[in-house]
Amino acid sequence: MKFRKIMTLLAAATLVLGMASVSAQAADLRVGVEGAYPPFSWKESDGTLKGFDIEIAEAICAEMKRKCVLIEQDWDGMIPALLAKKFDTIIASMSITEERKKRVNFSDKYYNTPAKFVAKKGSGLEISKSGLKGKRIGLQRGTTHQCFMEKMYPDTELVLYGTQDEVFQDLAIGRIDAQFSDSIAADDGFLKTDAGKDFEFTGGDQHDEACHGPGAGMTVRKQDDSLRMDLNKAIKGIRDNGVYQKINAKYFEFDIFGG
Amino acid sequence: MGDSIVKFLETWSPIDVVLIAQNFDRFLWGALTTLELTLISLVIGGILSIPLAIIRAGNNPILNAPVWVFTYVFRGTPLLVQTYLIYYGLGQFEWIRETFLWGPILSQAWYCALVAFSLNTAAYTTELLRGSIVNTNRGEVEAAKACGFSKAMRLRRIVLPSAFRRALPAYSNEVIFMLHGSVVASTITIQDLLGVGRWLNGRYYLAYEGFITAAVLYFIIVLMISRGFRFWEKHWLAHLYPRDAVKTKPKKGLASFRI
Repeated sequence: MKFRKIMTLLAAATLVLGMASVSAQAADLRVGVEGAYPPFSWKESDGTLKGFDIEIAEAICAEMKRKCVLIEQDWDGMIPALLAKKFDTIIASMSITEERKKRVNFSDKYYNTPAKFVAKKGSGLEISKSGLKGKRIGLQRGTTHQCFMEKMYPDTELVLYGTQDEVFQDLAIGRIDAQFSDSIAADDGFLKTDAGKDFEFTGGDQHDEACHGPGAGMTVRKQDDSLRMDLNKAIKGIRDNGVYQKINAKYFEFDIFGG
Repeated sequence: MGDSIVKFLETWSPIDVVLIAQNFDRFLWGALTTLELTLISLVIGGILSIPLAIIRAGNNPILNAPVWVFTYVFRGTPLLVQTYLIYYGLGQFEWIRETFLWGPILSQAWYCALVAFSLNTAAYTTELLRGSIVNTNRGEVEAAKACGFSKAMRLRRIVLPSAFRRALPAYSNEVIFMLHGSVVASTITIQDLLGVGRWLNGRYYLAYEGFITAAVLYFIIVLMISRGFRFWEKHWLAHLYPRDAVKTKPKKGLASFRI
């Protein structure tokens, strides 16, 4: 299954590369997306990708007048795959951080939402160094939230997952005391679902500038500065012509672009 | 001096050696977890497999059938699927979460992995031992019968010791497969050797550094395992080698006759 997926991806990549070399002008924009991070991206049962990130990606491509080729990639391998030129940009809710900027570059942010803890209703979990000491906190590996927890609460036992879905699953059945993630992802992906009805946000917004950065941006290789400029222009474009707001309204009750 | 080496490595090494060195203790802990899981499941699986192999080698259809089903199912499905079924699958059922097994075993990733690995290796080892038992030299069995050995005594004194010895080379493969298979643990939040590699990738976005360190450590472990088995094979299978080859050193100028 995995092998087949890889082969399909490889085949797709070669095809795209082949086409790119024929007409360098309006080359397709290959976008790395995730697919396991609702409401930003998820996969329907028929395999199609849905979500805010996916629609933003399509809108950005339309704005740039290039054809979008969405390439699915597990979160762990996003940056390595970008560097290995499996795709040209990542539109997958990746926060702009200093640590990542050592390897890659980012467009301007395209949204910014706060991070929060989620625990069982009435758990009395205190969000402090002593309150979280020895507690098992689940989160997605390789996220800004991992950076935040390791920096702010080093005495907490971190349980690292490959996808956000798995974090919610284990929180629901009580393998972890709480989870830490983006608040929107937690709200739509878990709290509003049946599995999350006994859980709630706790401890308010968490932010550390060094870890969380200014928000989520589109990731590009360092040498692709012209693409970065184009993406910035396109983000501004869809903000100005109302396409962004239309997509935003489909998913959220408030403007997640942030101040 | 020390500083200049660090400086040199930081500027000129294509991989971040300093970062690996700083986190090397994590890798060693990861290796320990990997070894622990592999060894304990091999011991449990090995103990389980002895009676099962005897049943499989015998001709009691009532006992034989369920064991056959067990080995067929566990050899016929991937270890990753088995582990997911035990970790994510069983947790889904509320009544399982209410049994006494949930708290101490099934709620913990480590034990879930141990259960899956033990059953998996038990299935493979059962079939391996069965083959070895069935292929016991008839002459040896007949000689034992002629000496008036009971069935149990024949099994204990003649068949099993000989079968264990002859199964040794094939079993060394099973041990190495099990070690390689133990990477599955990292997909259910366990920080095994690969888990630490993934952690490093998640934290610093350096895929190569994390995975090459893990690979080198796996390689060293496998090297030690195969060395150990070669020693035991020489010791326990000496009677099966051509006598000259074992007792005397090959003469100068002649090709070695060793197998």
